Amino acid sequence: MIKITTTDRYNITPFRSLMTNVFSLAAGLLVISIIFLIAGVNPIFAITEIFSGSFGSVYGFKETLTKAIPLILIGVGLTLAFRAKFWNIGAEGQLLMGAIFSTWTGLTFGDALPSYLIVPLIFAAGFIGGALWGIIPALLKIKYSINEVISTLMLNYICAEFLTMLIVGPWKGKTRFGFPGTDNLPESAILGVIPGSRIHYATLILAIICAIVLCIVIYKTRFGYEARVVGENPDAAKYAGINFLKTSLILMAISGGLAGFAGVGEIAGIHHYLSYPASVSSGYGFTAIIVAWLAKLNPLYAIISGIFFAGILVGGDAIQISLGLPAATVEIVNGTLLFFLIMGDYFLNNKISIRLSN
Amino acid sequence: MEEIIISTLQRTLVAATPLLLATTGEIITERSGILNLGVEGVMAVGAVVAFIVTLTTGHPWLGVLAAIAAGMAISVIHAFASITLQANQVVSGLALTMLGLGLSGMLGKPYVGKPLSIKMDDIVIPWLSDIPYLGKILFMGGPFFYLAIILALTSWFLLERTRLGIQIRSTGENPKATETQGVNVFLIRYLSVLIGGGFSALAGAHLSISYSKSWIEGMTAGRGWIAIALTIFALWNPSRAIWAAFLFGGIFVAQYLLQPLGISPNFLSMLPYIATLLILLLISLKDPKKLNAPAMLAEPYKRGQR
Repeated sequence: MIKITTTDRYNITPFRSLMTNVFSLAAGLLVISIIFLIAGVNPIFAITEIFSGSFGSVYGFKETLTKAIPLILIGVGLTLAFRAKFWNIGAEGQLLMGAIFSTWTGLTFGDALPSYLIVPLIFAAGFIGGALWGIIPALLKIKYSINEVISTLMLNYICAEFLTMLIVGPWKGKTRFGFPGTDNLPESAILGVIPGSRIHYATLILAIICAIVLCIVIYKTRFGYEARVVGENPDAAKYAGINFLKTSLILMAISGGLAGFAGVGEIAGIHHYLSYPASVSSGYGFTAIIVAWLAKLNPLYAIISGIFFAGILVGGDAIQISLGLPAATVEIVNGTLLFFLIMGDYFLNNKISIRLSN
Repeated sequence: MEEIIISTLQRTLVAATPLLLATTGEIITERSGILNLGVEGVMAVGAVVAFIVTLTTGHPWLGVLAAIAAGMAISVIHAFASITLQANQVVSGLALTMLGLGLSGMLGKPYVGKPLSIKMDDIVIPWLSDIPYLGKILFMGGPFFYLAIILALTSWFLLERTRLGIQIRSTGENPKATETQGVNVFLIRYLSVLIGGGFSALAGAHLSISYSKSWIEGMTAGRGWIAIALTIFALWNPSRAIWAAFLFGGIFVAQYLLQPLGISPNFLSMLPYIATLLILLLISLKDPKKLNAPAMLAEPYKRGQR
């Protein structure tokens, strides 16, 4: 008879953790291949196309880095929130709120101020917008025990409708000839790009700085320790006198604020004006959840996993064109990979031995 | 005026139907201690499968059955991850939503914009439908409406009055003690997730083959998430879910009613989501202790642990 026993594994080395992720991703890709096969697409061709489209050419890699910027920013913020088991699913709304705040600031003050003043100002405005939209669910959770998954999601929908209301109504630009959208931001508020690409480097550098700072915050500060205890052992946190409300408000202000930064980057770096929610963000707030998970909730690793998933977004666009697959294909890839990543955790945390016995 | 009120209430019940179906399913799942945030994705799969099968075979009920089967099949992934592999249920549910929305988009791409000419006749209940006003509203509805009510009441009976119901509820409250009683906790949880998945898919089927009679990507429009909130609003009780769903059906219909008044349509589209937050706030203000969630909701159960 085959006997399967599982025991808890306590000595989890970084190497084992990395290998588990690699195997999980490989297994996920295998299943995605099967889905492609069923859809009548040659999986080897499709998967090669995804990765060659995103990492195989200079143009592709530039696009990958461009899309990695919001993913890294949001993913980094989510590592903090998820460590405290605060399930912030509302990064999409927080990004949009950041975009709204920064657009308003840019349009209002942009003409009067030089670049070196207006650019920091729009980033600050975006952070505040995202942070405000992030602390609402924190308040609702701690004060009124409202599940944050529900509240952050509802706030996503509310923010998207609010943004649309602005661009078809009071904020509709005179230069848009009746089409929805604000006017362009003034030149001084527009972020520079690396020549020949769409990489708005200021936001990219900001994202990397945020990752480093948050890594220090999580592992080296009292606040980071408190956030981790709140997540890992809420009872102990209570006895230790940790203020749940304060901790949650701060961590959601950071998480939402970083998503707000991402919104600023998309507006001031890419689009230059506020348009429909779906064109401001192509689901970055949701993809970033997987970015954070693949990074094992470590902000520094989120840089790498952010670039990896940006590659999948860019490669996904590539196969849409070359293989005629629908846009939803990327969601299948993302969902499947996320499943395999969390299932992989089981094999990381448990030692499984299979024995033959009579 | 009379006509308007009657048709408004009729539309309210139609809008409430998918919410009621999905909420009932999620209540059963959550009562066993498993949180399934994949409702939105499963609903989308149910909608697309029901639409494709109905369009190709011409039999709506075949489409419904296929949708339920597909909904259960895709829910197995969440069950396996969260029950067998004790994965984080929040993240697993999100993964299910992504996968479901993605699969529905891929499967449904060739069918976008195709009209469904099938007609599902309203069921007119003799005698009762002759009651003035009430008859037209309550007793001349579509088949999905009756199905949703019957299933909600059956689920209430199942949970509160049967042996299986006790097993499901005690699995959600105290799986260890339940296992000592000789109940297979894993089996109960798998079963509850599958039932929930079937309900969600049925809700999706209603949307595509009865409500809008067409398929378009993203047609579930957050209804799955609202159902998860309604589960809390209904305090995990299927009979309360009926009223909760009616209320929200009313809010969906109010969007169209208020449009002629010149209110921004985008503001009106926010209403269901704002209402969801307000309702949760109201319950909490009234009596947070009354919330009464299953004690072990979203806690993985490890067999043989102290």
